[in-house]
Amino acid sequence: MGSLSLRDVAKSFGDVKIIHEVSFDIPDGGFTVFVGPSGCGKSTLLRMICGLETVSGGVIEIDGTRVNDVPAARRGLAMVFQSYALYPHMTVFENMAFGLENIATPADEIARRVGEAARMLKLEPYLQRKPTALSGGQRQRVAIGRAIVREPRIFLFDEPLSNLDAELRVGMRAELIDLHRRLRTTMIYVTHDQVEAMTMADTIVVLRAGRVEQVGAPLDLYNHPANVFVAGFIGSPRMNLLSGKVHRLDDAGVSVELPGHGVFTTTARRTRLQVGEPVTLGVRPEHIRLDGDHNMLAGGVAGVEQLGGLSYIRLAESEVTVQLPGQTKLGFADTARVHLPADMIHLFDADGLAVPRVGVTA
Amino acid sequence: MGRFLAATRGFGRWDWTDWAAHAYLVLGVLVMLGPVLWLGLSSLKSESGLLVFPPTLLPYEQASVAVEGRGNLKLFHVTAGEYAGHDLAEVRRLGLQSQLVDPAAPATLIRLPLDSRVPVTRLRAAWENYSGLFEQFDFLRYLWNSVFITAVATILTLLLNSMAAFALSKYRFAGREPVFLLMLATLMIPPTIVLVPNYLIAATLGLTNSPWGVIWPAVATPTGVFLLRQYMLTLPDELIEAARMDNASEWRIYWRIVLPLSAPALAVLAIFSVMWRWNEFLWPMVVLSRSESFTLPLALNAFQGELTTQWNFLLAMTMVTLIPVTVIFLALQRHITQGIASAGVK
Repeated sequence: MGSLSLRDVAKSFGDVKIIHEVSFDIPDGGFTVFVGPSGCGKSTLLRMICGLETVSGGVIEIDGTRVNDVPAARRGLAMVFQSYALYPHMTVFENMAFGLENIATPADEIARRVGEAARMLKLEPYLQRKPTALSGGQRQRVAIGRAIVREPRIFLFDEPLSNLDAELRVGMRAELIDLHRRLRTTMIYVTHDQVEAMTMADTIVVLRAGRVEQVGAPLDLYNHPANVFVAGFIGSPRMNLLSGKVHRLDDAGVSVELPGHGVFTTTARRTRLQVGEPVTLGVRPEHIRLDGDHNMLAGGVAGVEQLGGLSYIRLAESEVTVQLPGQTKLGFADTARVHLPADMIHLFDADGLAVPRVGVTA
Repeated sequence: MGRFLAATRGFGRWDWTDWAAHAYLVLGVLVMLGPVLWLGLSSLKSESGLLVFPPTLLPYEQASVAVEGRGNLKLFHVTAGEYAGHDLAEVRRLGLQSQLVDPAAPATLIRLPLDSRVPVTRLRAAWENYSGLFEQFDFLRYLWNSVFITAVATILTLLLNSMAAFALSKYRFAGREPVFLLMLATLMIPPTIVLVPNYLIAATLGLTNSPWGVIWPAVATPTGVFLLRQYMLTLPDELIEAARMDNASEWRIYWRIVLPLSAPALAVLAIFSVMWRWNEFLWPMVVLSRSESFTLPLALNAFQGELTTQWNFLLAMTMVTLIPVTVIFLALQRHITQGIASAGVK
């Protein structure tokens, strides 16, 4: 059991409001990732959930019980800190056993649970070592082990992989997903890295400046970003965003005029829009192609990145990035004409909100 | 060690700066260690050996010999006259004459002028200065008083100061800074000013002539709180939050997490506290007036009588007084450097 529900949760430090009335639900057993740029309040939100920060407004419920005033230790949660926060003067075993000793668990039960966690995390050879004698990845596992032995209702991870090097991070990512599959416990994971969010999450909560921008499955966020921010934040390299004006409204879609580049057809619905209204047109680099006879955008090549299996070119003026399969012969100062497929174009209105597309119910 | 002592500026030979540095350091050693060495050697001299002029560095004592029928007699070396070169034992002095006997033939009395003989001296450590402390004086009581006060006051100081430092460094509460500043401000009041009010309080509470009268006023030290607070500020908050998530009570966080991690700072404060309490003089002298409750410094002071001072015992006692502080310092010294080093890195 470990479902979580936030209702209009807010947090202020003095006059500064850090979290603005946030509401969402996290189902039992899911892997939820809070993602957002640094300073968006995702860590604060996590600390409020686990009880290390007080709640200024709203209600936090765990398994349907209001926990606003329940102390951190009684919420049945376990947290893995960014710095791991291992007790440096205790051995790995003592680190993992400390939480159990505090609730007067019998010694044989402690030994059993720690042994089990150590086996699961391949920490058995290191139980008698001090944390300083471990590598970064091992310390990370000890921190996770310390959370596991307490058999919490929900695991909370605060940017746990950010102190590891890139290679180890990919490995730990897979281990965490595997761990979640085995434990089937609710996990909430905070990161600023959208790749981590995309690869690990069942549900992503995108946060910006203390507000929830969108909640959804990774591919929903990728395919149907609710606004310009999510569109730009999810996906790598980021979506190309071009400013234009509504040119014509058709039942099949809205045409948009991009200054200096002509008119582009989209599959956006005509509702809500008026001719002449400023809009933002978004298209991902991987959806742009070189072949096509309409929706063509021309520009000089301002930069080429050859990755071997993939190539990226950047067009001058429009600053559009294009992902090409394989290797490209295009070079600096060549002129490229690229096709923006109408059904792959996202359209955002003047407020930055996504305009629904024809034939898509989202 | 040898290489360290012979280290030069790095040109492979002795620069004038090396000479200057070594000369300065040797001077420092003499100034620092000289008096202690002098004290140590002097504490092994007999009462008469201390009064010899010119003073000797090593503990010499006039040799004596057992002479049949005459008991223990002092031995003299004859420098002139018929017996020049002989070692004779003096029976008695008569005016400017001395009556001596040859230890081998004690029956014949020999008369010699005083200036034709010099005392025969030999090296002998007067350990009885030390054993006398235990036999002739209530030294063990003074030692116990000092040890008790020092140990109890140091333990209480560490406990109370670390609790205050924990609160001041890790809890956010209204008035935290003012409380801290107020505590530091008391450092500016000289102890002599609060001597009388403190005594009145101690007297009202009935603490005079009790070791607790020395212990209680000493356990709360602003220096100690400051030292520990500054160190605890460097402990990451996440550790305490992790412990809180681990169901640890605030007391357990303090006892199991904060205290062990503050060990280097606690060692420093322990040394300070031991030195303060062990050497403290003015306050114990005010509070403790009965000799059976005296600490070692007070007992030392009492040795200097109005008319006579038994220097040999005084010096031996001073020497014994120095030992515990030195031992504690040597034992905890590693922690001090470690504490300073780790505070510098993190």
